[in-house]
Amino acid sequence: MDFLNAIVALLNFVVIPATAYGAQLALGALGVTLIYGILRFSNFAHGDTMALGTGFVILFTWWFQSMGLHFGPLPTALIALPFGIVVTILFVLGTDRAVYRFYRQQKAAPVILVIVSMGVMFIMNGLTRFVIGVEEIRFDDGARFVINAGAFKAATGLAEGLAFKSTQALTILTAVVVVAALFLFLNRTRTGKSMRAFSDNEDLALLSGINPEKVVAVTWMISAGLAVIAGTLYGLDKSFKAFNYFQLLLPIFASAIVGGLGNPLGAIAGGFLIAFSEVGFTYAWKKVATYVLPESLAPEGLAQLLSTDYKFAVSFAILIVVLLFKPTGLFRGKSV
Amino acid sequence: MNTSNPYQDDRGNNDRSITREGGGDLPYPGKGGAAVPAPGGPFLAAENMTGGYGAADILHDCTLTVEKGQIAVIVGPNGAGKSTAMKAVFGMLNLRGGHVKLDGEDITALTPQDRVAKGMGFVPQTNNVFPSMSVEENLEMGAFIRKDDFRSTMEQVFDLFPILKDKRRQPAGELSGGQRQQVAVGRALMTQPKLLMLDEPTAGVSPIVMDELFDRIIEVARTGISILMVEQNARQALEIADRGYVLVQGANRYTDTGAALLADPEVRRTFLGG
Amino acid sequence: MTLRNTLLFAFVAALIVIEGMTASWNTALGILNMGLISAILALGVNMQWGYAGLFNVGIMGFVALGGLAPVLIATPPVTEVWTAGGAFRLLFALLVGVGVIALAIVLNRRLAGRTRIAALIVTLIGGFFLFRALLDPAVEVVEAFRPATHSNLGGLGLPVLLAWPVGGLLAAGAAWLVGKTALGLRSDYLAIATLGIAEIILAVMKNEDWLARGVKNVISIPRPVPYEVDLQASAAFTDWAAGFGADPVTASTIVVKLLYAGLFAAILLLLIWASELALKSPWGRMMRAIRDNETAAEAMGKDVTRRHLQIFILGSAICGLAGAMIVTLDSQLTPGTYNPLRFTFLIWVMVIVGGSGNNWGAVLGGFLIWYLWIKVEPWGHALMGFITAGMSDGPLKTHLLDSAAHMRLMTLGAVMLLVLRFSPRGLIPER
Repeated sequence: MDFLNAIVALLNFVVIPATAYGAQLALGALGVTLIYGILRFSNFAHGDTMALGTGFVILFTWWFQSMGLHFGPLPTALIALPFGIVVTILFVLGTDRAVYRFYRQQKAAPVILVIVSMGVMFIMNGLTRFVIGVEEIRFDDGARFVINAGAFKAATGLAEGLAFKSTQALTILTAVVVVAALFLFLNRTRTGKSMRAFSDNEDLALLSGINPEKVVAVTWMISAGLAVIAGTLYGLDKSFKAFNYFQLLLPIFASAIVGGLGNPLGAIAGGFLIAFSEVGFTYAWKKVATYVLPESLAPEGLAQLLSTDYKFAVSFAILIVVLLFKPTGLFRGKSV
Repeated sequence: MNTSNPYQDDRGNNDRSITREGGGDLPYPGKGGAAVPAPGGPFLAAENMTGGYGAADILHDCTLTVEKGQIAVIVGPNGAGKSTAMKAVFGMLNLRGGHVKLDGEDITALTPQDRVAKGMGFVPQTNNVFPSMSVEENLEMGAFIRKDDFRSTMEQVFDLFPILKDKRRQPAGELSGGQRQQVAVGRALMTQPKLLMLDEPTAGVSPIVMDELFDRIIEVARTGISILMVEQNARQALEIADRGYVLVQGANRYTDTGAALLADPEVRRTFLGG
Repeated sequence: MTLRNTLLFAFVAALIVIEGMTASWNTALGILNMGLISAILALGVNMQWGYAGLFNVGIMGFVALGGLAPVLIATPPVTEVWTAGGAFRLLFALLVGVGVIALAIVLNRRLAGRTRIAALIVTLIGGFFLFRALLDPAVEVVEAFRPATHSNLGGLGLPVLLAWPVGGLLAAGAAWLVGKTALGLRSDYLAIATLGIAEIILAVMKNEDWLARGVKNVISIPRPVPYEVDLQASAAFTDWAAGFGADPVTASTIVVKLLYAGLFAAILLLLIWASELALKSPWGRMMRAIRDNETAAEAMGKDVTRRHLQIFILGSAICGLAGAMIVTLDSQLTPGTYNPLRFTFLIWVMVIVGGSGNNWGAVLGGFLIWYLWIKVEPWGHALMGFITAGMSDGPLKTHLLDSAAHMRLMTLGAVMLLVLRFSPRGLIPER
């Protein structure tokens, strides 16, 4: 029995990685849920918006690095992030102008917009590969750890080391700041309130003189900004690979739906629920179990519930269970 | 629904995981024409309106007028085109004939949104609040087009409907039917309209709440705002009406003061149940 | 069929013929064969989307599952692992797994409140560990057998053509599960359900080596047509080829491809015939009535959910059939190559470009989009070669040349957006 070591192992292998991953999913899901709430369709191109945006950030990072620009202990990508966001926002607004706006004015059925977003997804996917390639790219620099496993062991005298990567710390911190800013914006500002009004009751919003084009543009901007932030944090934490971002679409959708589509609070809860289940189900619990359980009960195998490759299955299973019991998601979906 | 517009054909799909139902019907602003000066005549004059949603006309040469500070009530049997006439005044219907004039301007070519800016306030029959937003936010959204300080208007609305002040932080969707109607009327008043249009404001509320609402509507009219209202509860509505219109099949059948219509044995027998 | 439609089909046929005359008949027939399969896939998806408005974004899963059938049916059985501790125990474990889920469903229906939740948790968690306890040792036994070549259960050693309907059945089974869950919920959640199940099916196929060797791939799956080497060895064939003045090697590859084409075309024609018949039947009219006004159809006593489930299963079965055909054509199952862009969203492009709700449209879309999918890549290279011709050698030039392959994604996205915008009902609109 060694609870301290067990807790450290749990923090190290489950809580910290899952929190960081959950924050990334939550940011992605927030973008999906905002588009769903206001434009009334699920944007299949969201994963590729993340990929393309992160691609831009990487290009800026390389450029800054080549100029010898660094951000002290923080990754250079953080300086590049605002530039990447701006370029992505311009791109997304251009897409809206060239593609989506026509359908909006036609009062097209939302499912047509879903199909349209598939077309956009193809183009963005191709463009990302064109711009940055399909290879795996690591673009983090600066300090690697906030807490180093070896230093932690030395300082505490525990057998188990605790490693807290700076990218994880950065992810969690950024997510908190961004989410707080988003909620302040939605609940306190005139534009934010007009977005919620538009999502609640489109006709009444129009009758109140709210400009739908402005609402839509702001929604795209926020969604793109969130996508780039989520994508960059994910890329810093793990690595950038265009296809992985495309694959993120399922857990992101699952997060948004579990939480209740159209509900920002739900998107955040959903993101963490999915992340913790994914990590929890695919983590080999042997280490923690050996610390906690008496020797006779310690597991022989890895004590891993599912192989890591089944992480999508976990997101999906959670989704189904939640929908069976709460068909509208954890937080009643609908309004932004 | 399979419609003639291929972009609106969703093939019957109602997948909640990818699409959100309940989008609006109103066209987006920016396509309407301009207002033309047309001095003289009543405050609101919607004259000879003919038109409908599709090929068939619903309104036939329908005329509605309201003077400043007066209450006009449209009554009639089900399917008489009462709400349609109201929507036509508000520009939510394409008119084939006739015109709408408000306060000396011909506004026939204007979009609903532009009419709001010209001083029309409209309270739809259903879906007339922002359900997830608080009462206060609903009123704020009502004042969205105003650039000036609207706090005094909000105080006036709270004076008119004191219950809303108590529930200002509560989401409008959680209020009772009558309270929600008050929010809806309050929201429309926030633009300081010159003409307030109410589509069956008392639908689905109890008789006590109905009397209360009518009292408030009279109060609003006393401040100089003209009221145009469609009502199912014809007798009670005509009692407060300066002017009553009985519509049948999209055309004017009887037009007179509310009291005169109530006194007319023909109207009583046919439309007011004796 | 109108003149316009005939011309459209003639145009696509001409594209393939031109490919044969200018490049090689081998590649032209390759395009034709996969075009035929793509057309079948598009037919299946068109049933779901075109007839019933069901949004399936898990086509890849059903295709992959269908692809499992040739392995399970046609490859020779690995008799060595069929022991009590091996394959039999594995099958028993799977049965137990199904039993646990069945029990959970029964409990979910019979019980209520807290007891229900407690019973469900106990059943599912206990069942999961029981299942793993039974399965894991058996899997170890099976996978330990000749890992380099086998490590799986093997198949039944039956003719591979039998695997095609079985592929359809496998996909139909999965579709029943998905549909029952996603269409039976209070509102329709099919899109996310199919998106998820496709990834799960693929994860199972990649990881469960005992099933079909996972990412180690199954190669040399038996074929329904002769092998090229056998043809080349046969004197009758070489003489016959010489009669055309053809080289026996080329002739053999072309003959094999033509035989496949014949098989695929027969199935495609059968499916078109059946679906056209179905569309004109009372059943088809009912489907359209449901699609055009679900509320009215429900009021008339139509069981909308049941009809939707039916058509979802049918369409998915066709995707499974096509999946089995693809694996048969390739003679190998490589789970690593299944990718949603290629096997889900590309099929959507085919249906949308061809014309939702029109079987002929879907078929045309299948051929045309597949042709583009294959041809845009070389065109991209040629274009990039032309653009960069004047550039000096450097990283930019290399990058541009390397990236030319990705042009096809952009091109197909653009094609889809253009068709959606300017011809929203597709090239051959629904009547």
